[in-house]
Amino acid sequence: MAATPAEYIRHHLQNLTFGQHADGSWGLAHSALEAKQMGFIAIHVDTMCWSIITGVLFLWIFRKFARNFSIDKPGHVQSVVEIIFEFVNNSVKTSFHGRNSLIAPLSLTVFCWIFMMNLMDLIPVDFIPYLVFEKPGIAHYMKIVPTTDVNATFGMALSVFALFLYYSIKVKGLGGFIAEIAFHPFGKKLFFVNIPLETISLLSRPLSHSLRLFGNMFAGELIFLLITALLPFWIQWLLSVPWAIFHILVITLQAYIFMMLTIVYLSMAHSSSQH
Amino acid sequence: MNMNLTLLGQAIGFILFVWFCNIYVWPYILKALEEREKRVADGLAAAAKGHHELELAEKRATDILRDGKTQSQGYITQAQKRADELVDEAKQNAQAEASRIIAAGRAQIEQERQQVREELRTQVARLAVAGAEQILMREVDQATHKEVLSKISASL
Repeated sequence: MAATPAEYIRHHLQNLTFGQHADGSWGLAHSALEAKQMGFIAIHVDTMCWSIITGVLFLWIFRKFARNFSIDKPGHVQSVVEIIFEFVNNSVKTSFHGRNSLIAPLSLTVFCWIFMMNLMDLIPVDFIPYLVFEKPGIAHYMKIVPTTDVNATFGMALSVFALFLYYSIKVKGLGGFIAEIAFHPFGKKLFFVNIPLETISLLSRPLSHSLRLFGNMFAGELIFLLITALLPFWIQWLLSVPWAIFHILVITLQAYIFMMLTIVYLSMAHSSSQH
Repeated sequence: MNMNLTLLGQAIGFILFVWFCNIYVWPYILKALEEREKRVADGLAAAAKGHHELELAEKRATDILRDGKTQSQGYITQAQKRADELVDEAKQNAQAEASRIIAAGRAQIEQERQQVREELRTQVARLAVAGAEQILMREVDQATHKEVLSKISASL
């Protein structure tokens, strides 16, 4: 690619956006500016495709072993599936104190799906972009790690937040939920202080939940891009390989943190005695 | 970094994946793992039971062995007693037989002695008669002197 490092990086950080052009026609955006002009009624095709591919892959693998589960002779892959399952189940058992059978499958989905999406980060940054836009010219942009798109992480965090609100109201009742916001942390008399305080802390939850994952993954991706953009190809491995190895830890940890926060938030929704 | 409908798309995808996992993945694996846990627990219980049974069987075997030993000791004692008895009996029998044989021998000897004595008496009588004949130089009439002769032979 005959591009300056800045152009190269900017190009790699642009999602493949589908939406309405300024002239009224629908199609893929051909530049960052066009994508921006599409506004909210647009969709990141690459994020959606890769997140669905990774999610379906996860569910396909787990469904396969759920259906043909061998009790007596677990294979190697089944053992891995079991380890992940037990790990998530234990995390839920230790951190979630309500009675809700949805939390455990939710946590498994969150952990595995995010892990799979993060794992895309370890595919060298130019492999798949090369396949789609150098040769056949299918697309101009391709970001293969959905968790480096703030829409993806925020979408998941908002879903969890919606579940939090739903279960809060279901368990405590609408009055109980509002009382919790109004009468904590300073008692009933200071409700005018409590309400803004608690509302901010409530609303900051999905934000911090999503931005934590997004920030880590975005930074990781950026470092891979910097290594690729600034170093000649024959020396890139010197930095990208150690970073990739370190990144294995990061992607697992971020998936775990996202799962644990989900469990903790939903546990808070189920317990009326906080603070 | 534009916010757009991807947000909703991702949320919908998320909900669908969670729903699928909740219905088609989680319960099956959970059930299978619980069943395995149960099997392992059952197996351990069975092993413990087997162990206990083995202990009982060992105890029983020891008991049986001890009983057998006692019993066989009894048999041996009895058999020895019986053997002693048999030996004694045989001894007695042999002694009785021996005395019987001795008695029979004696009786036979006695009989033979009587016979010999009878013969000797006859012969001595004959000799006496012959001697008397020689002394008298005449024939003794056997018939006439039969009474005398038998008297002599009877006194011999």
